[in-house]
Amino acid sequence: MLLVLLLAGLVAALGLPFVTQAPNRLVTGHGVPLQALLQGARAALMLPALFIALAAFLRPTPRSQLMVAIAASLLMTGLLWLAGDHASRVSGGEESSARTSFGGGFWVLLVLAWLAAADALQRLRLRLAARTLAGAAVLAPLAVLAALGTLDSLSLFKEYQNRQEVFDAALWRHLEIVAATLAASLVIGVPLGLVAFRRPTRAAAMFALLNLVQTIPSIALFGLLIAPLALLSAALPWLGLRGIGFAPALIALTLYSLLPIVQSTVTGLRQVPAAVVEAANGMGMTPRQVFWRIEVPLALPLLLSGLRISTVQAVGLAVVAALIGAGGLGAIMFQGLLSSAIDLVLLGVLPVIAMAVAADAALAVLADLMRKESG
Amino acid sequence: MIEFRNVSKAFAGTTAVEGLSLRIDEGEFAVLIGGSGSGKSTTLKMINRLVEHDSGQILFRGEEIRSFRPEAIRRRMGYAIQSTGLFPHWTVARNIATVPELLQWEPARIQARVDELLDLLGLEPALYRERYPHQLSGGQQQRVGVARALAGDPELLLMDEPFGALDPLTRAALQREMARIHRRSGKTIVMVTHDIDEALGLATRIVLLDHGRLVQAGTPAELLSRPANEAVTDFLGRSEAGIKLLGLQTVASRARPDEHAEGEPLDGAASLREALSAFVARRVDRLPVVDADGRSLGALRFDDLLRAPS
Repeated sequence: MLLVLLLAGLVAALGLPFVTQAPNRLVTGHGVPLQALLQGARAALMLPALFIALAAFLRPTPRSQLMVAIAASLLMTGLLWLAGDHASRVSGGEESSARTSFGGGFWVLLVLAWLAAADALQRLRLRLAARTLAGAAVLAPLAVLAALGTLDSLSLFKEYQNRQEVFDAALWRHLEIVAATLAASLVIGVPLGLVAFRRPTRAAAMFALLNLVQTIPSIALFGLLIAPLALLSAALPWLGLRGIGFAPALIALTLYSLLPIVQSTVTGLRQVPAAVVEAANGMGMTPRQVFWRIEVPLALPLLLSGLRISTVQAVGLAVVAALIGAGGLGAIMFQGLLSSAIDLVLLGVLPVIAMAVAADAALAVLADLMRKESG
Repeated sequence: MIEFRNVSKAFAGTTAVEGLSLRIDEGEFAVLIGGSGSGKSTTLKMINRLVEHDSGQILFRGEEIRSFRPEAIRRRMGYAIQSTGLFPHWTVARNIATVPELLQWEPARIQARVDELLDLLGLEPALYRERYPHQLSGGQQQRVGVARALAGDPELLLMDEPFGALDPLTRAALQREMARIHRRSGKTIVMVTHDIDEALGLATRIVLLDHGRLVQAGTPAELLSRPANEAVTDFLGRSEAGIKLLGLQTVASRARPDEHAEGEPLDGAASLREALSAFVARRVDRLPVVDADGRSLGALRFDDLLRAPS
C-alpha cells in the first residue's frame, strides 16, 4: 500500500508541474516541474521525503512514527516554501501581473505528505484529543509560513490581498450562516426529537418528512423557497424577509440540518438504559430532574455526533447559498468559476474545507471526551 | 407499615394483580416470591408508585399512598433493582448521594454518609468513592446499588430481584450482607425474588404469589411445614421440603447442653441441614456441638432433627 503511494508520489513529483507560471491571472500558464526549483541547497528540502520513503521499510516503532510525522510536517513546509520562494523570485515586484499558481505536482505531494503524517499519528495510538492536537501541530508550520509573508507572491495570496475586505466579509458571513443554521436547527430539532422519542407513533411521519427534505437537491430547495418568501415579504413587509438572501438560505440549510439533529436526539435518548431511568424515578427524582440530570447527559455524546454531521453539511451547503445572494465564501468561489480564475475558486474553497475539517475534528474530540467521562 | 387492601392492577386488559390484601409490619423482611407473571414485581412497584394501582387501597403508615407526591414517597423508600440502574456518568460517591442530595442534606453530612455506606457494604471508601460504575465488577455494582438505596436512611427498603444477575458466590455474600444489615438496622425490607432458597434464607415472612393472587403468606417454617395447597408444596420444592426446613434452624437451638459426644464438633451457628449432612457422612448418630469460641454447647443426637421446632 505504502509502496503504491510512494510510486504515485514519485510519478506526480516528476510528471506533473509543481507550479504554473502565467503573465497574468486570466491566461493559462506553463508548468514548472519540481526539479527546476530544486537548485543547489534547495534539494535538501526533499530529505524528509527520502526519510519517509525509507521509514516505510522499517519496523514501525512509536519513535519512528513520531519522526515520520515530523518529517511530513517538514516536507509540507518545504514544498510550500519552495513554491512561495519561486513566486517571489519570478514575480518582478509589487505591481507585476505575473502569476505563480500551485500545480498538480504540488497538490499530490502535499496530500501524500499529509497522508503519511496522518498514518503515522494513527499508529501512535494516541487518544482522539491528543491525535487531533498532533495533527494541528503538523500543519502549524504552514500557517507560520503564510503569516510571515513568504507566500505573498503566490497567485492565491495575491487574490487574497486584492480582495482582503471582500474575503473577510465573506468569511464572517459564512460563519454567520452556519452558526444561525445550527442554532435554529438545535432550537427546533431537539424538541422535535424529544416529541419523536416520547411519542413513537409521530416519529415515523416526522422522519419520512425529514428524509424527503434531504432528497431535494439544494439548488432546487433554494429556488423553491424564493416564491413563497417573496409573497410573504410583499404581504408582511415589516417582517423584513426577502425572497433571496439570508432568510431563504437559513431556512433551507436548517431544513437539511434537522434530520441529523432530530435523529441523533432520538437515538441518544433511546440508548439511555431503561433501568437507569427506572432507578432515577424510583429514587424520587422529578421528571424534570430525570430529564436534565440523567437523560440529557447520557444522550449528549450521540447528540453531538448529529450536530457534527449537521455542521459539516451546513458549512458545505452554505457555499451553494451564495447562488441566492446569501453571500459567504461561495460568492468568492462562484466569482472565480465565472471568471475562470482558479486561484479565486481556491480562495473560496480552501477556507470552507478548513472550516469543515476543524469543526468535524473539534466536535469529534468533544464527543469522545464526553463518552470517556461516562464510560 | 404497608397495607394492601383488596388491590388490583391490570395492564392493557391483562390482570397483573387481583384482590391482593397484605400487611407488612415494621421491621419485617418480607420476600415476595412467585414464578414469572405472578405479579410480584408489580406488587413491589405499586408501593413506591412506579406502578399505580387500579383499585383498592395501599396504605403507608396508615395513609393512602396517593395522598403523597410520588417523589416525596419515593425519597422515603430505598429502591434497588437487578440491573442496578447505576448512573453511568456519575461516580460511585455521587450515585450513592442521589437521595441525600434530593433531600438537600449538608455536603459534609452527605460525604460522611457515603463513606459510612461504602464501609457497611465492604467497599474501601478511599478506593471506590471516585470510581465510575463501569470500573466495578457486577457484585461491586450491586453493592453500590444497595448502598444508594440505603443512603437517604429510608423507612422502607424495596428491592426488585437485587441479586438475580450475580454468580452464586457473590450472591451468597450479598445475601449475608443483607441479613446483617436487616439485623443491625431493623429496617423494613420488601424484596422480590424467584429464588426460593434466597427467600427461605432471608425472609421473616414469605409472600407467595401466583397469577396475581396471594397464595400463602407466612414465616418460612410455616410455609414449609403447613403449605396451603399443592401449588405451594411444588413451588417450595416438594421432595426437599424437609431438608429446607432443617436449613432454617441452627444446631445450637437443638443441642442438649448436658450431654457429651466424641468426634469433630459441629458449629452451633451451622444449620440443622449441615448437621444432617455430617451425621450421614460420618455414619454416627451423635455429635458434639461448640460455639464460635470453641466452648462446648453439649451434643446433638440424630433424633433431635425430628423434634418439633422449639
